[in-house]
Amino acid sequence: MPRYYLTIAHHPHNGTLLGFWLYLMSDCLVFACLFAVYAVLGRHYAGGPSGAELFDLPLVAVNTSLLLLSSITYGFAMLAMGGNRLRETMLWLASTGFLGAGFIGLELHEFAHLIADGAGPQRSAFLSSFFTLVGTHGLHVTFGIVWLITLMTQLSRYGLTAANRRRVMCLSMFWHFLDVVWIGVFTVVYLLGVLP
Amino acid sequence: MSGDGELHGPESAIEHAGSRKDYVTGFLLAVLLTAIPFWLVMGRVFGHPGLTAAIIIALAVVQIVVHMVYFLHMNTRTEGGWSLLALLFTTMLVVIALSGSLWVMYHLDHNMMPTGMPDTMQGAAPIPDPRTMP
Repeated sequence: MPRYYLTIAHHPHNGTLLGFWLYLMSDCLVFACLFAVYAVLGRHYAGGPSGAELFDLPLVAVNTSLLLLSSITYGFAMLAMGGNRLRETMLWLASTGFLGAGFIGLELHEFAHLIADGAGPQRSAFLSSFFTLVGTHGLHVTFGIVWLITLMTQLSRYGLTAANRRRVMCLSMFWHFLDVVWIGVFTVVYLLGVLP
Repeated sequence: MSGDGELHGPESAIEHAGSRKDYVTGFLLAVLLTAIPFWLVMGRVFGHPGLTAAIIIALAVVQIVVHMVYFLHMNTRTEGGWSLLALLFTTMLVVIALSGSLWVMYHLDHNMMPTGMPDTMQGAAPIPDPRTMP
């Protein structure tokens, strides 16, 4: 079988990773729109509670640390995968999943608390945009966890095959991307929200 | 030949995974860049909220760059530069969407004062309650 090599142009190795990156960029635009809505409506309280009255910053700080920690554990999973250590990869992926689940748990706790206090999404424009933006991010993390569990099942069954490696890399981009979006959320929604 | 992935898997893995040093450096920087804004807001370090807001927004931008470089390994070489190009294009769209929305809606707010404001109420007929209208 003859082989041909390109001598001039550098062609991307793997279309999947670039394609997945383009998906993330389009997802970024979704979040940009939700951020724009929050930026416009975030101070329209309709006589209801404001961010300064509602937000529990220590809880948000814990949530932020959980997500940040899950980013580095995913990084370690990537390194373990680079060294062909399946067991270690699985362990780091599992810790990432637990940290992500902790994040979602705390977020749901916060949402339940707000709704129980009568500060649900229907209360004011501020709360509608708050629940939409933070909820969309939380939904992304939830689907990331579902994907993570699926991937771990695949890994335990088929090991570190080329296809599985590609999937781990895609999820890695997805996971880090969600952490990047969270930087925007904790800054714009929570920290700027409690400033007078 | 059994597909692109089989041929280029390990090669791409090297391209897409940083070193342990990269991840640890990125993590430490991210911790620092998260702790400072929380401390500024929770400790009420500055009396002036505008100054605090400007600083925490700047720190968030720096942290996003840190994540892009150390966790997402963004550089001019990934995928032959196409990743970075897509990122820059997206950033441009995001900036237009955000600044445009804020700019337009800010002026709209100014031009459409709420009907409860005193200067718009003078001489105006009472606003009918929509619930009692047919």
